[in-house]
Amino acid sequence: MTKILEPKKQNSIFRRPSSETGIWSWITTVDHKKIGIMYGYAAFFFLLIGGLEALVLRIQLSQPDNNFLSAAEYNAMFTMHGTTMIFLAIMPISAAFFNYLLPLQIGARDVAFPRLNALSFWIFIFGGIFLYSTFIFGTAGAPEGGYLDEEVSWLGSAPNGGWFGYQPNAGLKYSPGTAMDFWALGLQILGIASLISAFNFITTIINMRTKGMRFMRMPVFTWMTFAVSFLLAFSLPIIAIALFYVTFDRNFGTSFFLVEGGGDPVLWQHLFWLFGHPEVYILILPAFGIVSEVLPTFSRKPLFGYAAIVFAGFGIAFIGFGVWAHHMFASSISTVAQAGFGLSTMVIAVPTGVKIFNWLGTIWGGKLKLNTPMLFSLGFIGMFVIGGLSGVTHSIVPADTQQTDTYYIVAHFHYVLFGGAMFGIFSGLYYWFPKVWGKMYNETLGKIHFWLMLIGFNLTFGPMHWLGLQGQVRRTWVYAKETNLQFWNVIVTIGAFIIALSIVVFMINWIFSKRNGEKAPFDPWDARTIEWSIPSPTPVWNFSTAPNVKSLDDFWHSKYDEDEEGRAVRKPTADQLLIDLEEDGLNPKEEIILPNPSYFPIVLASGLPLLGYAVIFKSIALAVVGVILILSGSFGWGTEPLEEGH
Amino acid sequence: MSTAHAYPHEDTGVETRKLGMWVFLSTEILFFGTLITTFMIFKGKDFPGIKLTDVYDIPFTSISSFVLLMSSLTMVLAHNALESDDQEKTRVWLLATAMLGAVFLAGQIYEFTEFYHKGFELDTNIFSSSFYVLTGFHGLHVFIGVVLLLSLWGIGQRQNGLTLESGMNLEFVALYWHFVDIVWIVLFTVVYLI
Repeated sequence: MTKILEPKKQNSIFRRPSSETGIWSWITTVDHKKIGIMYGYAAFFFLLIGGLEALVLRIQLSQPDNNFLSAAEYNAMFTMHGTTMIFLAIMPISAAFFNYLLPLQIGARDVAFPRLNALSFWIFIFGGIFLYSTFIFGTAGAPEGGYLDEEVSWLGSAPNGGWFGYQPNAGLKYSPGTAMDFWALGLQILGIASLISAFNFITTIINMRTKGMRFMRMPVFTWMTFAVSFLLAFSLPIIAIALFYVTFDRNFGTSFFLVEGGGDPVLWQHLFWLFGHPEVYILILPAFGIVSEVLPTFSRKPLFGYAAIVFAGFGIAFIGFGVWAHHMFASSISTVAQAGFGLSTMVIAVPTGVKIFNWLGTIWGGKLKLNTPMLFSLGFIGMFVIGGLSGVTHSIVPADTQQTDTYYIVAHFHYVLFGGAMFGIFSGLYYWFPKVWGKMYNETLGKIHFWLMLIGFNLTFGPMHWLGLQGQVRRTWVYAKETNLQFWNVIVTIGAFIIALSIVVFMINWIFSKRNGEKAPFDPWDARTIEWSIPSPTPVWNFSTAPNVKSLDDFWHSKYDEDEEGRAVRKPTADQLLIDLEEDGLNPKEEIILPNPSYFPIVLASGLPLLGYAVIFKSIALAVVGVILILSGSFGWGTEPLEEGH
Repeated sequence: MSTAHAYPHEDTGVETRKLGMWVFLSTEILFFGTLITTFMIFKGKDFPGIKLTDVYDIPFTSISSFVLLMSSLTMVLAHNALESDDQEKTRVWLLATAMLGAVFLAGQIYEFTEFYHKGFELDTNIFSSSFYVLTGFHGLHVFIGVVLLLSLWGIGQRQNGLTLESGMNLEFVALYWHFVDIVWIVLFTVVYLI
């Protein structure tokens, strides 16, 4: 029988939460696996909302001079679509992977600070709710002398200055009402969540690796988590300060970004993109990591150029801080700066190319198994290369000034963020599905999902390249009939609905397989990394005994030898090993002490949105309640028994 | 991990919580770096209205800066006392550190009020705005530090007292406190002296 020692009940001011099932077990959990699953579901929920917003945009653009949406509603929808997809969908879904997999891949029992981990999850949830509460509490009025003569509906009462919030357009004068305050403060709250998780993951990777798990033996996904955590840690502070300035400008009469008060609107662009460009890599590097796990497994070959891929990842992360002004070629920066940033933009294509060639080298000559995760990874490479190539065209300044603010840009970043990041994420969702649920997904539905999504994706974003080059501008709610842009716009809209259909297939597969799927074999993919050397679904204690890692791809080497020609030969002992591992993984031999659940992360997190509302509604009372919640959360946190740590 | 069944792992020899604190402080550098950079950009600009040089009182701020610097000394003394397991001295020096921090904060509040009386307000001009956001952000850090120190002192009053291993341990707070002090040295130079 399993022996998990209940943590000693120690003197504490409050009763400790003790539920192991039911809703309270989720609210008070500090288990990285449960937190990861919650991150995943919450992010997917926001992905659906962001997707609905995209569909609404596409319905509007399917006809020239359409009036399905008003201009105000269109502005709100594209702003919320971008903000949602970046901050509430892709980032947290990557966080779901980090949470669930990172401790498993380095052989740890949990992250370094389990309660902080819960805290960052709850802050993310409250930040998302806060941002979306703009539809209820927010107002967006007409700018003075602006185009809006009708009443703004509830749909338009959301942030409407773009996810980039350019100043002074997003300032009080041109975006009156409280909607953009919801945006600025919402991102501030979400940023805190990401910062906390970044500290947590960096510390975990540096200090919590199991025996023998040296840095150069870590799986590539762990490496990419490491790189992303550094990017988060060093880029989020910049946007946080810039958002402070916006909040002060809009609420307390300062003029950091307002020319009439001596401020500098271009400074906002610099600060925003100094965060915003690393953010691009924050979104894509997790997918790089996932693909680097999936490709070797399904090619039955080791990853080609492990060290090169790792260093290329960090090269991208590092150079990523030196290319921000290529988003600003159309602003007032000098020609010297334009040339410099054009060059650095070309340079960053080099480590990216290194990765692409390494992936191709990995599948070259491999015995490919085309399961759904592999299909998504291959799709990822193809789509990401297209997006990467159109990205390089932006580094040529004269061309970029033509492309700026057209659908060509929209096509480019959807190829890297959807064709790249999302394809990688779906690959990972299928790949680790058996690990998380202990069941197999339905392969046929998975393949239908892939092909529908690949076709829908290319129909949606491919034509945007030529729409953009023909001059269709971004962020504009109508186009004139005389422009002859309608045909491709209709195709694009059809493509968008095919993507929606593919998501429905995915959801059916997920729900059905999770409930009725076949039981997953112990090691369904004949995988390489140590998270597959424990039973599925993962036991609460992860590893019953700390693994002792002797090489890169340790689990693979415990199953396979090499013959003289370097081909993998399955060891005769491999099958018995798997049986033993399952037996051992389910029955720990010694007592295991797990961190205690806690009420306080959610209490502390719930104070932050109240501080946001306090600024928006200029209410001291709300601020006081918020501070009380934060302080009582911290106080309770501090008085919980210390022996378990953190 | 102080439990009997320590989970074996590779590590750097730096205690995990301390490592987390170092990572946190490295991002704090970015926070203050961004604030200082924008402050410097705006400082070079031509702006209307009253300037900091019209209202400030260097001797006064120097004294409060000195008080804050001395709190780093008392913080070291508290750490020293804890290492030789002298609980009472640890508490005394902790309280002294918190008090010195509070004196600095009181000085800052007094200074801000004075500036406001002289017409140097948050929205007076771009310079005053960046001044208040920058120094206010630092003040908030000092305030959080004082709260942390007082909680440590409060934990120390309980029976078991403080140990270097305990949850919110003293080294952890000390790192933070020294960081906030060092930032002030930079701020004082950048804002008041040059």
